[in-house]
Amino acid sequence: MLRDITLGQYYQTDSVIHKLDPRVKLIATICFIISLFVVKSWVGYLAAAIFLAVMIKLSKVPFKYMVKGMKAIVFILLITVVFNLFLTPGEVLVSVWKLKITKEGLRIAVMMAVRLSFLIVGSSVMTLTTTPNSLTDAMEKLMKPLKILKVPVHEVAMMMSIALRFIPILLEETDKIMKAQIARGADFESGNLIKKAKAMVPLLVPLFISAFRRANDLAMAMEARCYRGGEHRTKMKPLKYAGRDRIAYGVLAAYFAVCIVIRIYL
Amino acid sequence: MSLILDHVDYVYGGDTALAVHALKDVELVIPDGQFIGLIGHTGSGKSTLVQHLNGLIKPTGGTIYFNGEDIHAQDYDKKKLRSKVGLVFQYPEHQLFEIDVFSDVCFGPKNLGLTKQETELRAYAALKQVGLEDEYFYQSPFDLSGGQKRRVAIAGVLAMKPEVLILDEPTAGLDPKGRDEILDQIAKLKEETGITVILVSHSMEDVAKYVERIIVMNQGSVLFDDVPKEVFQHFRKLEEVGLAAPQVTYIMQELREKGLPVRTDATTIVEAKQEILRVLGKSYT
Repeated sequence: MLRDITLGQYYQTDSVIHKLDPRVKLIATICFIISLFVVKSWVGYLAAAIFLAVMIKLSKVPFKYMVKGMKAIVFILLITVVFNLFLTPGEVLVSVWKLKITKEGLRIAVMMAVRLSFLIVGSSVMTLTTTPNSLTDAMEKLMKPLKILKVPVHEVAMMMSIALRFIPILLEETDKIMKAQIARGADFESGNLIKKAKAMVPLLVPLFISAFRRANDLAMAMEARCYRGGEHRTKMKPLKYAGRDRIAYGVLAAYFAVCIVIRIYL
Repeated sequence: MSLILDHVDYVYGGDTALAVHALKDVELVIPDGQFIGLIGHTGSGKSTLVQHLNGLIKPTGGTIYFNGEDIHAQDYDKKKLRSKVGLVFQYPEHQLFEIDVFSDVCFGPKNLGLTKQETELRAYAALKQVGLEDEYFYQSPFDLSGGQKRRVAIAGVLAMKPEVLILDEPTAGLDPKGRDEILDQIAKLKEETGITVILVSHSMEDVAKYVERIIVMNQGSVLFDDVPKEVFQHFRKLEEVGLAAPQVTYIMQELREKGLPVRTDATTIVEAKQEILRVLGKSYT
């Protein structure tokens, strides 16, 4: 049940997208997300959909995996759609009791839903094709200029990669503790909201303790290996752009240009 | 009153390329009151198997019966099953959460809907059964030593008064002294209450001394299921699957190869000593 969260879960396969420099994928994802907010017409969303579909096809990751990530946001999606649907003023289409569905509301609700789903699927493409480690490598490299402003870039990147690394471990741990408590007769499913929240205590306390214990162990292990952060640290696999990365940047620029053109002229 | 596994199959990972066949056509009958050792190498499916026994995992094929009832039938009360089949997970001390030892042990019986008095009586009895001294009862479980924490966690399951007690690697991460203490305590408990105990382990040495039946798992199937003496006779096969017979078996085997006509089915040091003395023509004193 908890394994449905795809964020930070790498899908191992051999594809063009997998081979791209993580910096390209990171920038492309950011650009894609921005483009979703740049376009405002159906043509624009069509362009985004085509771009996304091509990327998914190229990544060779089964579409099922992308949809799995959607499950986590179904609730947010639902709230967004409902609020937009009923609370946008404008030309009334249907009215039930005090609730009115307007033409504008319908339009915004659908757009929001499309936007949010594309956003999640788009970032899933990145996380499914890039290992968390190379992703933070890319972040570190891209944020290097911020060092002048005394931003601890390396430390931040390190924290990110540790956090990402621990997501699957903590999920597994949650699953295990949950089972252990169910074996002791705990009930996580039935009851009202308050009862359910109370039922979480036997799960959360051990989980927090285990997270702290793991953090302690990790800190100790890092210390034992004389880890001391950013300065003069070299990489085993430094990031280098290849030909395909330049092509990818070209494709990305073209897509972004199309989006801007659509925004202005359509 | 028994547990029956009928052609149980379990595949996880669904229909993807990563699918793992964790259990393959497992058939077992676990009668009341037996002391069983479930042995297998890491990844042999032993942990998956025990999670089937109290309904935490639903088999992808086959049926599990407890006292003659299919545990995955529509109207079967899973909660009751879990109180009857107590499962102590690996590193059970990781599940402790209450402010003091006593309330943590009360968690199980409380979930069964028992009265406060009954709950506390059971918790007290369970803590006594695992041999924890009174002075620890109102301490935070997190202040105890590793071995003590584990006892508390085992007591937490015992307080539900299970008919079948399953312990998944109860000695993992303990020092030899802690290990012997826990195992002795379990053996004593078994003797006093007569419940069925299933001890999951990857070490023959640990279980050989205690159990009356050994089930060896390998790659999701049952490889051997017999009394310890018979299972250890297959020590070559056991080695192939990453396990080993107790050291005594090896000594007796070598003695025989070197020409001393001893029987090779001794499982404990005492038995081996008797056998050697018998062959040497001396009586055991």
